Amino acid sequence: MASVVEPGSRTVYNTVPIDPEVYREMGLNDEEYRRVVEVLGRHPRYTEVGMYAVMWSEHCGYKFSRPILKLFRKYKEAIEGSGLENAGIIDIGDGYGIAMKMESHNHPSAVEPFQGAATGVGGILRDIFTMGARPIASMNSLRFGSLDDARNRYLFEHVVGGIAFYGNCVGVPTVGGEVYFEDCYSGNPLLNALSVGLLRHEDIAYARASGPGNPVMLVGSRTGRDGIHGATFASVELGPDSESRRPNVQIGDPFTEKCLIEATLEALKTGWIVGIQDMGAAGITCSTCETAAKAGTGMKIDVRKVPLREASMTPYEIMLSESQERMLAIVQKGREDEVAAVFKKWGLNAVIIGEVTDDGLVHVYDRDELVAQIPAKSLAEEAPTYELETEEPEYLARVRNYDLSSIPEPSDYNEALLKLLASPSIASKEWVYEQYDHMVQTNTVVLPGSDAAVIRIRGTKKAIALTTDCNGRYCYLDPYLGAKIAVAEAARNLACCGARPMGVTDCLNFGNPEKPEVFWQFKRCVEGLAEACEFFGAPVVSGNVSFYNETPEMAIYPTPVVGMLGLIDDVDKRCTSGFKREGDVIALISGRRADEAGQEAEGDKTGPAELGEESVCEIESLGGSEYLNAIHGLAVGRPPLLDMEREKRVQEALLRAIDRRLLSSAHDCSDGGLAVALAEGCIMGSVGASISLLANCAPAAALFSEGQSRIIVSLAADNLGGLREIVDDLQAEMTVLGRVGGDELRITINDVPVVSVKVNEIENVWRTAIARKMEAK
Amino acid sequence: MKFGVIQFPGSNCDQDAYYAVRDVLNQPVSYVWHQDTDLAGYDCVILPGGFSYGDYLRTGAIARFSPVMSAVQEFADRGGRVIGICNGFQILCEAHMLPGALLPNRTLRFRCRYVNLRVENDSSDFTHLCRRGQVLRIPIAHHGGCYYCEPETLERLEQCDRILLRYCDEDGHVTESANPNGSLANIAGIVNEEGNVAGMMPHPERAVEELLGSTDGILILKSIVERLS
Repeated sequence: MASVVEPGSRTVYNTVPIDPEVYREMGLNDEEYRRVVEVLGRHPRYTEVGMYAVMWSEHCGYKFSRPILKLFRKYKEAIEGSGLENAGIIDIGDGYGIAMKMESHNHPSAVEPFQGAATGVGGILRDIFTMGARPIASMNSLRFGSLDDARNRYLFEHVVGGIAFYGNCVGVPTVGGEVYFEDCYSGNPLLNALSVGLLRHEDIAYARASGPGNPVMLVGSRTGRDGIHGATFASVELGPDSESRRPNVQIGDPFTEKCLIEATLEALKTGWIVGIQDMGAAGITCSTCETAAKAGTGMKIDVRKVPLREASMTPYEIMLSESQERMLAIVQKGREDEVAAVFKKWGLNAVIIGEVTDDGLVHVYDRDELVAQIPAKSLAEEAPTYELETEEPEYLARVRNYDLSSIPEPSDYNEALLKLLASPSIASKEWVYEQYDHMVQTNTVVLPGSDAAVIRIRGTKKAIALTTDCNGRYCYLDPYLGAKIAVAEAARNLACCGARPMGVTDCLNFGNPEKPEVFWQFKRCVEGLAEACEFFGAPVVSGNVSFYNETPEMAIYPTPVVGMLGLIDDVDKRCTSGFKREGDVIALISGRRADEAGQEAEGDKTGPAELGEESVCEIESLGGSEYLNAIHGLAVGRPPLLDMEREKRVQEALLRAIDRRLLSSAHDCSDGGLAVALAEGCIMGSVGASISLLANCAPAAALFSEGQSRIIVSLAADNLGGLREIVDDLQAEMTVLGRVGGDELRITINDVPVVSVKVNEIENVWRTAIARKMEAK
Repeated sequence: MKFGVIQFPGSNCDQDAYYAVRDVLNQPVSYVWHQDTDLAGYDCVILPGGFSYGDYLRTGAIARFSPVMSAVQEFADRGGRVIGICNGFQILCEAHMLPGALLPNRTLRFRCRYVNLRVENDSSDFTHLCRRGQVLRIPIAHHGGCYYCEPETLERLEQCDRILLRYCDEDGHVTESANPNGSLANIAGIVNEEGNVAGMMPHPERAVEELLGSTDGILILKSIVERLS
């Protein structure tokens, strides 16, 4: 190793090479170590190796994903321009912006679910209020293995418990999200936490350490030994020894976070904070080098000034600790006391640990001893990137060519429907969201359980709608199409509330990227996301990548979760998914091709309805469905087709109809297909429905296929004309399916009764399915 | 009449209560920091929901020692109206300004949902705009809302008509299955002997606009205003 030190190197401190075992254990490979030596012009010190290892990990440095992420327009612009901020800002008019971000906390949740989930919530909130935005809503997207397994029940119970523990205490409503159960997440659960915050544009705070001479203040909790090398831990696969990584998981204190939210927003109002950054992964290392790099400055700090939980902590431990509820604030020189006074009012530490310098270096002292001196940019922005190999996975041919015609029809469709409604991925998530305070702040106007959550913006007529979506099974069967469907479905869910898409935050969960098949999935998913997000006018403004989600047994499905924000101009026009009134007509808005639309419009408007599009009605259309998964235990076939043009016309028709107040309800057909969507409309409206369908295919395909671009609406018969006008104008398609009424859901296909179930019976099954699994222990 | 909303570190329904008083009741209102000790000029003090001091140790156990609490006690002794909502109710019990205690929910889980409440007392300062037997729809959101007291205390509460609200079903029947947290006798809210200090686990400030799903909480808040003006 010593041979790589160039003659005449500027080092005077250290020429002793670090033992390869040591830097490899920290997560640097030999080539990266050589890069460090080259950057420094000498061998690094122990503390410096730790700083590079964590900042150049995939988790912080995106060394594998960055080249691909440049497919996202705004990401590319930021990387090549002014740099990334902690969260993206979306303009919603009236001088307001919404800060939005989603982040994973998968590995911590796998080994210590309660604290892993809690600190996931805490971390994402800090990303929001460090921008100067008040957090107004949180969501989370969760994945677990089957609840028939005790370990998975334990993980589920404690992840939800951790989210509740943290989210409820900080007073930010957890307004919804999604929960899926699939075997591939067994032992490797996913926790993706999303938060949004509200700010006035003029109040945006930046993570920049401007102004040499300005003091650097550490505020919030004391620094302890928790979470050291959490980021590095997130950058390896889970294995049998993962339990021993529990000390890598941070411990959350939501009370301190609540005080930190209030104190930070109040301190920013003084106008004397010139830059501020939360501390998450890589703690003080990350926040010092990133703020300095972004401002083109340097920073000098003394670790002994950091308030510690244990006095004996080494500089290495202090620099790498991921203790929660801490922020780094760069304060206008001479105004330290005014800023510190605000934090002290809230009972928080506010200690000056150093100052901004103009030399571009991060200098770390332990009292008088210099323990690290590193160019800030080399840590924050110059992580080596890798162009990893890709290879189409072999399993694809097998699962896609599965002969679906060999699957038997169910003998009883009622039973099949009940079984689907009891599938934990489809069943009501009440057991989950009742544990979350989803109403605090008194702005939640559509509560959890509808297609999207709706939060009004106090003082305006506006509201925002939020949803998270991703069908991992679709992405497993076709990553590119699956990712596009995730975006289309998110936009459709927003449209069902009457909201137009404004922006996306994503959380990209994959297996080990160093395996070419996994990296191929990643690349194809990002291509699909980038294309669809641009198409729907909802650019990706922030996000997060989580790799290495695999155990020795298996990798997770590629799971690119889409968090989408929509805007409703008039909150009084919002729409929800339950049927509302006896006698209302039930119709399906779908996206038949334009040349077929005219023909259908002349058909019998009240008789049995033909389903939207032929492809929906073939047995192949069951590919990737929850029906195949829950009833037959299969993840095979191809995901449903998606024509984005058609999808857009359907959503536009829906938005116009909601804007004209023509609809009583709107609900997206997704997991479980038409039959499940109709059942949910009945359950949420506590009312029955009679449906007549025409179909020239197997009833299972008609009932349970998950064809895209379909929305079930209910409306007063008088409004049908108005709806048809809109639909025709947009060359979308509308078919009348039946009527709201009675206490049963009845479905006939070609005049043959296939489904007839009492609403209170299906409601009971759907509402209690998860609780029954959890209490069956 | 003027309302004060106490802010403990960790209170998180303080703003909701503030908005409800200002925007729905149209009454003057201001925040009172937990270290303030002067409540002169206020007619009613609200102890809001949340997690004062993180609810560490035990819900409300630390907040009762906040400097403002001795002022609240004196304010009540002088006849001022005090209402504790959720965490506020827990603090009032810890401070012995109301009898009994709030234990962890029987499910040991946090519960947030709309519940039905039967009005048991329609003459108190906090409920006189309701009818006895009326069913109110108001949300709960708590981990520790299981009301408990000694049998003799319960007897006194019942005899003196000091139970304001009980959890019930849609039709007003007080049943076990309508009890969301295991509270003794389905008790959701009570008032002190003098009738000027009330506590309730449900959040009336969350049910003050059609937009939010219910306006039944207005009856509680408005009762206070009308009695005092």
